[in-house]
Amino acid sequence: MTDIASPPLLRLVGVAKRYDLRRGLRRLLQPAEGNTVHALDGVDLEIARGETLGVIGESGCGKTTLGRVALRLQEPSAGRVEFDGIDIGSLDARRLRALRKRMQIVFQDPYASLNPRRSVGQIVGRGLALHGGATTSAERHARVAALLERVGLPRAAMARFPHQFSGGQRQRVAIARALAAGPDFLVCDEPVSALDVSIQAQILALLGELKRDFGLTYLFISHDLSVVAHVSDRVAVMYLGRVVETGPSRRILSAPAHPYTRALLAAVPRLDARDAPPRQRLTGDLPSPLRPPPGCRFHTRCPEAREICRRVSPAPIQLAQGHAVACHLYSGAAP
Amino acid sequence: MSALAAAAPETRFAAGLHALRANRAAMLSLLIVAGFAVLALLAPWIAPHDPTEGDLLRRLQPPAWMEGGEAAYPLGCDALGRDILSRLIHGTRVSMSIGVAVVLAATAIGALLGLLAGYLRGGFDVAISRVVDVLLGFPYLIFAIGLMAVMGPGLANIVLVLVIKEWVMPCRVVRAETLAAREMDYVEAARALGETTAHILFREILPNILSTLLVVATFRMAAIIIIEASLSFLGLGVQPPAASWGSMIADGRQFMLDAWWVSTLPGLAILALVLAINIASQGMRDAFDPGLRA
Repeated sequence: MTDIASPPLLRLVGVAKRYDLRRGLRRLLQPAEGNTVHALDGVDLEIARGETLGVIGESGCGKTTLGRVALRLQEPSAGRVEFDGIDIGSLDARRLRALRKRMQIVFQDPYASLNPRRSVGQIVGRGLALHGGATTSAERHARVAALLERVGLPRAAMARFPHQFSGGQRQRVAIARALAAGPDFLVCDEPVSALDVSIQAQILALLGELKRDFGLTYLFISHDLSVVAHVSDRVAVMYLGRVVETGPSRRILSAPAHPYTRALLAAVPRLDARDAPPRQRLTGDLPSPLRPPPGCRFHTRCPEAREICRRVSPAPIQLAQGHAVACHLYSGAAP
Repeated sequence: MSALAAAAPETRFAAGLHALRANRAAMLSLLIVAGFAVLALLAPWIAPHDPTEGDLLRRLQPPAWMEGGEAAYPLGCDALGRDILSRLIHGTRVSMSIGVAVVLAATAIGALLGLLAGYLRGGFDVAISRVVDVLLGFPYLIFAIGLMAVMGPGLANIVLVLVIKEWVMPCRVVRAETLAAREMDYVEAARALGETTAHILFREILPNILSTLLVVATFRMAAIIIIEASLSFLGLGVQPPAASWGSMIADGRQFMLDAWWVSTLPGLAILALVLAINIASQGMRDAFDPGLRA
């Protein structure tokens, strides 16, 4: 699936996102250090057209921020986001609004992402009204009905309100809303994490079908390795605001290079203990993004940490075609 | 989609209405408020006498059920021999129209500024919030007395002065609710779709605040009626010979011992209307505010 030759649909270059927790006068009185959340730090990513890039990491590692910044729902503090060759940070409000047709998002919690006071028809119809060129209400009505049926809901759902649906049905409504605009890029921010396991498979299957039918490109964010491995062509592993490893999902699963990726894989429960790789249990909690550790951010929990890891932030190293890891173990610089 | 068919076919608003209907005290109070509203609307046709025309022979005439009373003047007459019932009915008109006008204008202004402050944050929010803090710092009556003294009495001026102070109430509530609503994913989804700020404010956020706003508006209407009565009592409100509950109480206070009805009856009218509004809005809050319901 990864066609290296064609230009990427989405490209993030050195993207950082910092949240200054100081308000008003405190900006003058308190130091920035220790009061700034480093949600993203120097993230470089590319997503090829038609590809599904899975982003995985613990909660608080910046995956959600990554999705929001990729759509410019939040402004990056540094770096550049290019969509189809367009630097979306440079767009004015009107052009950005027009470009939103092409990039949409599905949220984690379908109870929070649907406005309780708007009918399903109104919710799904907005994308058509804004971007779909559906001018008459009869035309919009027919297209909303078709979209609902496409995501597996009856057309009668149109007149109903979100609270009349189950979580899985709500997520279908949210997917229909995103599709209504006619996007070619979809950020799926933990789209199945809030759902029952039996529903998860249905929604994942639906996302897979839609990708084929509409020629979509996905940025698929999840903390669930088995979900990501199932849907993704490539995987990016994030730790504390940085991408530590990227590669084809099969390779990441079979030959993880970064100690953090290995620990994540080892943490997946298995039925047959003989299959299990040697346990590499992670000790300690995720350090605070308010005071990220210097050097490699993983060194505080890394079983293989060395002296250099505490001082120097590792640069990504190409291990194989499309497989890169940011770890001193592979730089040859280790003492 | 069997769950779909099983789901109750009512919206949250319909559920609220249902709960409200089951609340007897609230329904009775609503009925009383509606009764006052009818009196206010039809005052000239309902009132048996001209509220401003006095008959000095009937000066301080007691109510019909007391000795010296007369059926044509069921609630007696005031110091100028004017029919108290007619003056009460016309006073309803003054109280309710000022209450409604002030609450409508203050809610419209306050809701708009609250939405903008809560959604846009930043400098606009800081500016609005400081103005709100300053206005809240003034005691209501002192503020109104001061401004009324500058601007002069009159119905339009009362409304204007009260609106200048009153908008902060809905503004604070709406700002707080907007702050919470803007973090909801459905607002983020609207932004991702490329919706305009106006659409997000009025179509996504405002409908979710509306029931809270309704409750605040009715609660405040009761307060406004009392404040108008206070201003009229002090002689800064509606000017004689027009009838207002507050000025009627003031008129009768020097005869309190000899002719209690002159002051007491308008006082009871204020009590009845304000109490009814408060109980009704309490019932509406219980019915519509999802935070208080299971």
